[in-house]
Amino acid sequence: MKNIHWWKWLGVLLVGYSIVMGFMGKVPAQAILHETIRNLYFHVTMWFAMMGLLIASIYYSIKQLSSSTMHNDLLATETAHVAMLLGTCGIITGSLWARYTWGAWWTDDAKLNGVAASMLFYLAYFVLRNSIDDDQKRARIAAVYNIFCFVMLIVFIWVRPRLTDSLHPGNGGNPGFGKYDLDSNMRLVFYPAIIGWILVAAWLVQLRVRIANLTEKIEIL
Amino acid sequence: MKKIIALLTTIFISIYAIAQEAICPEPQQKPEMADLMRSNGKIYVVVTCLLIVFTCVVVYLISLDKRLSKLERNE
Repeated sequence: MKNIHWWKWLGVLLVGYSIVMGFMGKVPAQAILHETIRNLYFHVTMWFAMMGLLIASIYYSIKQLSSSTMHNDLLATETAHVAMLLGTCGIITGSLWARYTWGAWWTDDAKLNGVAASMLFYLAYFVLRNSIDDDQKRARIAAVYNIFCFVMLIVFIWVRPRLTDSLHPGNGGNPGFGKYDLDSNMRLVFYPAIIGWILVAAWLVQLRVRIANLTEKIEIL
Repeated sequence: MKKIIALLTTIFISIYAIAQEAICPEPQQKPEMADLMRSNGKIYVVVTCLLIVFTCVVVYLISLDKRLSKLERNE
């Protein structure tokens, strides 16, 4: 147990806490939403964790361009990989939630289509990175494209939904989730859940990076 | 250890603020909530199931982590 870092335990603890309190805690009674307001702890945290990881990913990409040690390139890719896993979970859970509150599995909502497009950008990033054989060139082109992806993500999920109509809270004239729905009881579960999921995701990234490093060493042998 | 305690303290510091909140009178008509399901206690079954699933995933992650550490030591 010694090699399991303290932050991994903390992540597990916080996510565990959010699972228990996500069901047991007090939530405000809302029309239409009813108990599904608890999805805030499970669906919305996926997106927050994804954003956290993608910010880390662009940070490594910028570091890659300024220092050009190959390690940063690997970190940027693996972080984006795990971020896409979280995003996929977010899309699936969001679709389910939408079915029972907005009435359809998929709507024309700007945020939904925006995030789907952004995830395709990131898939293209993986394809692009894998298609270049030269290590140095791959790292540089992938880093530049990753920065481009992140800018598109910001435009697609944070800017554009605010300019058009959107069913999501806080977008297109809708009030933000925090204003009426998110009370202090919910914050007490929501924020620890975000930190917990980011830590658990970081654990997954670390495992992926270690596997990649080992694989590389075996290939050299 | 100090880091964990400091972080947990900052996260949960608002518990103190909740204790200071005034109790508002309940509105007459409340939207329908699954109060019954929790009152008869069966929601705990679901919570336990989720916790078991999560524990299994975590145990699996720990075993992966350990196996990797072993490989890293051997090379």
